Amino acid sequence: MIKRNSSIWPYLLVAPALIVMLTVVFVPVINAILMSFQNYDLRRPSRIGFNNFKNYLDVLKDPLFWGALGKTIVWVVAGVGLQFVFGFILALLLNKKFPGRGIVRSISLIPWVTPGVLIGLMWRWIFDGNYGVLNDLLLRLGLIQESLPFLAQPSTAFPAVILTIVWQGIPFFALMLLAGLQGIPDELYNAADVDGANGIQKFFLITVPSLKSVIYVTTLLRIIWVANSVDVIFNLTEGGPAYSTQTLSVYIFNKGNSLNLGYAATLSIMLTLVLAIVAVRYLKTMFQNQEGKA
Amino acid sequence: MKKRGPELVKSLLSYIFLTALIVFLLFPFYWTFVTSIKTSSELYSQTVTYWPKAPTFESYRRLFGEYNFLKPMGNSLLVAALTTLISVTVSVLAAYSFSRYRFKGRKFLMSMFLTNNMFPTVLLLIPLYAIMRKIGILYTPASLVLSYTTFTIPFSIWLLSGFLDDLPLSLEEAAMVDGANRAQAFLKIILPILMPGIVATGAYIFMNSWNEYTFAVMFTNEANRTIPVALKNLIGQLGVEWGMLTAGGIITIIPVCIMFFFAQKRLISGLTAGAVKG
Repeated sequence: MIKRNSSIWPYLLVAPALIVMLTVVFVPVINAILMSFQNYDLRRPSRIGFNNFKNYLDVLKDPLFWGALGKTIVWVVAGVGLQFVFGFILALLLNKKFPGRGIVRSISLIPWVTPGVLIGLMWRWIFDGNYGVLNDLLLRLGLIQESLPFLAQPSTAFPAVILTIVWQGIPFFALMLLAGLQGIPDELYNAADVDGANGIQKFFLITVPSLKSVIYVTTLLRIIWVANSVDVIFNLTEGGPAYSTQTLSVYIFNKGNSLNLGYAATLSIMLTLVLAIVAVRYLKTMFQNQEGKA
Repeated sequence: MKKRGPELVKSLLSYIFLTALIVFLLFPFYWTFVTSIKTSSELYSQTVTYWPKAPTFESYRRLFGEYNFLKPMGNSLLVAALTTLISVTVSVLAAYSFSRYRFKGRKFLMSMFLTNNMFPTVLLLIPLYAIMRKIGILYTPASLVLSYTTFTIPFSIWLLSGFLDDLPLSLEEAAMVDGANRAQAFLKIILPILMPGIVATGAYIFMNSWNEYTFAVMFTNEANRTIPVALKNLIGQLGVEWGMLTAGGIITIIPVCIMFFFAQKRLISGLTAGAVKG
């Protein structure tokens, strides 16, 4: 029986999770907000103190911030977009019955459970300018004449890190969309066949609309993860060369490492605000859907 | 039934496409493994070989001998196991509450747990560092256990509430009619049925803690660094020890893969249920 009304039990049961979360998330968030209004540089401890909006004004005047923000947008749009397209293709291919499908599906998910550090390092080795296998393959295929230092020149470094994050994210989309595809009743397709619809029409008139909520939820989840991810880029390029792969979260991580904590906090508040706009829409949909369910 | 010409071409094309995608997804692992069993002279020679001329486990031997990789493995195991234990326990309690009670503030609390994951890791990293130092657990496994517990709670609650919502209420009702109280009904009836879901959630938590890097690099020192930090440390001032690094990589993902294959059915159904139903 679902219990309504006043019992203390539901609160007691939630309490442990809540307490942990308050200490590790909400207290630091408040601290970060306070820090963002301070001159808080551990290299100059004597000067720590409130400086009102100076950090924020500095951020708005900081070309590296705007550069990183632009990089973040490209990183998220291209990264998540391509993950989605290839993940969708993989899901459609896996939705057909063929021998060994279960095994193929399982092994294609491995990138998704691989640590970000390892992903960064594996691809760093693949992209290597001297001994890298990608150069060797492209040379053998005659697509390039001489080895390219993919991660060492700004023009190729950013596409290279995007390729890496796409590789990581394809399985997630494939997994979610495949589950969605399997939930679409066959009758819909049969009816469309009777009406003489072709494959493309069926795809856009049945498949895509049926997956609307899955697509919505997964893309938004992924946008937040990708925007926040530090480990892949940091282990590939550390944001270089010449800041060409420095997204906002990597910029913040680098600033934090250089001990200018006040400024790093301000930058992270800005990132949070950008993400909050996205997150609010996400939460709204979540609860609209929950209403529908209950 | 014989396939018509265009049908055959279509299915042939989709096989080619599928194969290409799978090769793309798996090749990095193959390459990592091949690198790990090459001799260093072959590794750094001008011609790239796709299978080692003389496979050797020298890199693995050096990884455990010279580099003492067992130490970070033990640290990772300790952190991941403790995190799993704590996170599963508190998440089961909270999920039960969200699934079986309707109370004031339920929605608010649920959305609070969800927003938890929206804050950029880097936002929390810096103040948490200060907090950990103040309460004296910086550079101990406890700092990582506490952080990872928090970051895995929202998703675990989500997974577990999904599993719980699928269990019919009549199960508990029958037990309670027979005179069991709520706690007994939970322990004797619900918990055993929920076990596969708990195992899947535990696998998810374990994998996350095992893989995490950003907090680990800030909150640990030489004595208690975890695998991801140890891997990164193989990149030294004088360049990268690719042989040892790839060997370490292979060793790192083996337990994760085993665990994933073990738990995947439940994990995937729980994971997708929320998104698909919702």
